[in-house]
Amino acid sequence: MPLLEVTGYTKVFHIHHLNREIAVFESLDFTLNVGEFLLVTGPNGIGKSTLLRCLYRSYRPSAGRALYHSLQGQVDLARAADVDVSVLRHEEIGFVTQFLRPRPRVSALELVAEPVFDQGEAEASAKAEAMLLEFGLKTDLWHAYPATFSGGEQQKVNLARALIRPRRLLLLDEPTASLDTATRESLANRLADLKAQGVAMIGVFHHPEDVAHLIDEEIRLSLSQVSLNGDYSNVVE
Amino acid sequence: MMDTSSASPSAILPISLDAPRLIPHQPLVTVKGLVKHYGRIRAVDQVDLEVYPGEVLGIVGESGSGKSTVLRLLNLQEPADAGEYHLNIPQVSPRNLLELDRFQKREIRTLHIGVVYQHPHLGLRMYYTSSGNVAERLLVTGERTFSVLRRAARESLAASEFPADRIDDPPAVLSGGMQQRVQLAKAIALKPALLLLDEPTTGLDVSIQATVLDTLKHLQRETNITTILVSHDLGVIRTLADRVMVMQHGRVVETGLTDQILEDPQAAYTQQLVYAKL
Repeated sequence: MPLLEVTGYTKVFHIHHLNREIAVFESLDFTLNVGEFLLVTGPNGIGKSTLLRCLYRSYRPSAGRALYHSLQGQVDLARAADVDVSVLRHEEIGFVTQFLRPRPRVSALELVAEPVFDQGEAEASAKAEAMLLEFGLKTDLWHAYPATFSGGEQQKVNLARALIRPRRLLLLDEPTASLDTATRESLANRLADLKAQGVAMIGVFHHPEDVAHLIDEEIRLSLSQVSLNGDYSNVVE
Repeated sequence: MMDTSSASPSAILPISLDAPRLIPHQPLVTVKGLVKHYGRIRAVDQVDLEVYPGEVLGIVGESGSGKSTVLRLLNLQEPADAGEYHLNIPQVSPRNLLELDRFQKREIRTLHIGVVYQHPHLGLRMYYTSSGNVAERLLVTGERTFSVLRRAARESLAASEFPADRIDDPPAVLSGGMQQRVQLAKAIALKPALLLLDEPTTGLDVSIQATVLDTLKHLQRETNITTILVSHDLGVIRTLADRVMVMQHGRVVETGLTDQILEDPQAAYTQQLVYAKL
């Protein structure tokens, strides 16, 4: 069952003060089914993260469609109203990055609980504790401010926060960067569980071997074109 | 996208967006064709905006862009030259608030709109007690019992994280951060539908700014109050706003999700604004 049908997806940055257009990817087509894991590969700077951001709408795509089969009907992510994108981000689509954005005077536990505060403070805290436990953040750090944490500890908080709400589509932007082996394993296990529950994922991984067993399909971005399933024959460089 | 004059003819315009379909509410605030002149200057020029229940809309732009004027017009504290302004609450809609008389406007403003100004003296009586400043808001509802007023003021000040042992100090002797908390307590005392924040942390020390932001974030989480926030500080906007409207010369240049405006600004002016700050 298709969850996301992407056709002709294109991103061009227009930099006004340089009067320049920077094309990132053009006419991308792919389909993602419920419970499927799509790996996005390609050299640095080719636009892997840009693709994820154009789906999450942190970036505005320049052309094409991304038909997302929401629980509330079909939505084109390229054209959905901003407030509708907010609804989807809250209910269905999650983005997992490699960076935590700590806020001054907000504890690790509170940051993690924030996305589920609408379920009540007690429930939210309980869930946040379970998530932090799963990703192995030392308990004496739970009430500390993450701004002072190491990169790896921050990333544990970030993952716990990003995965605390159930999602139907997860966009993963190098979530294993700066993680130790044990945490990489916890994350891979958590992603496997989610996949088994039917969560679909599109991921960029620096070390795809961490999630090799989860990958159903691969999309490879290259300088001027894109090929599916590692078939490089039609890549024009 | 407004500023395409310098762009090459091949410039790809952003895809225009559909009308909202998924969001299960009507907008709380709907503004259409808002216009305000000061002499020959068109301070606000055909501004449209919608804010949904529980949303925080940020308005950014340089000094003189018209962002604070929009806020004053929405607070019904000065007359607009043209436009429509609706608040979707039972006792108020479907009236165009801009067409009400002075007394009706004051009633709407007191009962349904709370405001926090950058300069506390605009919103507070600097030599009254802080609790008295807050209680004053409750007096207009007809409440006259001293103990009730005092308790309500105390609760509202607590919600804005104002220290309990200083509620009888006048704002004049308080720090800037504390003064903002008194303004906030006063603004939320009657549980308004709409909260207007005009540069609420500008001019505060960085550490104090963080604590006031923190309070605003808590309040937002607990009360889910619909908020319009004017700030030139993109860090403040990133922390609090769900969506951002960018203004220049009285006009709306661009509107978008906060992360999109900050990370992939479309208009030339927004790009200049964002790149200058980062």
